[in-house]
Amino acid sequence: MSVKYGSKRVVVGAHYGLRDWLAQRVTAGIMALFTVAVLAQLLIAKGPIGYDLWAGIFAAQWMKIVTFSVIIALLYHVWVGMRDVLMDYVTAHVGLRLLLQIFTIVWLVGCAGWAIQVLWRL
Amino acid sequence: MSELASPLKTKRPEFRNINALTDLPTYRMAPAAWVSILHRVSGVIMFLLMPFIIWMFDTSVSSEISFAKFKAVFNIGAGFVPGFIFKLVALALIWAYLHHFTAGLRHLWMDTHHDAVTKEFGAKSAKFTLAISLGLTVVLAAKLFGLY
Repeated sequence: MSVKYGSKRVVVGAHYGLRDWLAQRVTAGIMALFTVAVLAQLLIAKGPIGYDLWAGIFAAQWMKIVTFSVIIALLYHVWVGMRDVLMDYVTAHVGLRLLLQIFTIVWLVGCAGWAIQVLWRL
Repeated sequence: MSELASPLKTKRPEFRNINALTDLPTYRMAPAAWVSILHRVSGVIMFLLMPFIIWMFDTSVSSEISFAKFKAVFNIGAGFVPGFIFKLVALALIWAYLHHFTAGLRHLWMDTHHDAVTKEFGAKSAKFTLAISLGLTVVLAAKLFGLY
């Protein structure tokens, strides 16, 4: 889609800015709800939090699937955020920025893999 | 060639000499500016400490034995690193999460409420955000270090 402003300037774009802006907010909402749901179970429990209570929260298959979705939401959310940070501050060397963006992706995918393994090993 | 790109026009001055160490501390940052930069700082902290977060999830949830190990790391320590160092790292994460969470809700509120996008609301909600995140951090720090 291209929009013509005035007589000379043609503004074009992939509109990925809007998509990422919205994705960042939707993933934030998912993670916020998940946080409140998990914390609530710890707060309403009586006495000290033991292993059974803590591991029990993640025991059911549906909870594993929900947690998996949250991990993927986190992955996307952090990617958008880190990319914004790198685009704002690493401006002198585009090559260095690319390198850091690659590092961010590897770091995030690695962490997500580990978290998912922990989840389904239970 | 368009008028804008004419090489005859003198180059406009650029000021890119802001030094982060000598100039930035002389600025008086408004509460909204603090919330904004701390949102970034807290996000990057959580990104860098992500392996530690997953290590905590792994050891606390995998088995009874690893759960006991998880507790021992914070109460006794691991290797030559004493337990309170781990508690301090956990506290940094607690603050980072609380700040990021509250500042994020502030963002969502301003995205969905047009009347919230004013200078007054920005300042008020920024102070509220800092009060909530720092206040809860102090409460949880006291719990973490066994004051109650």
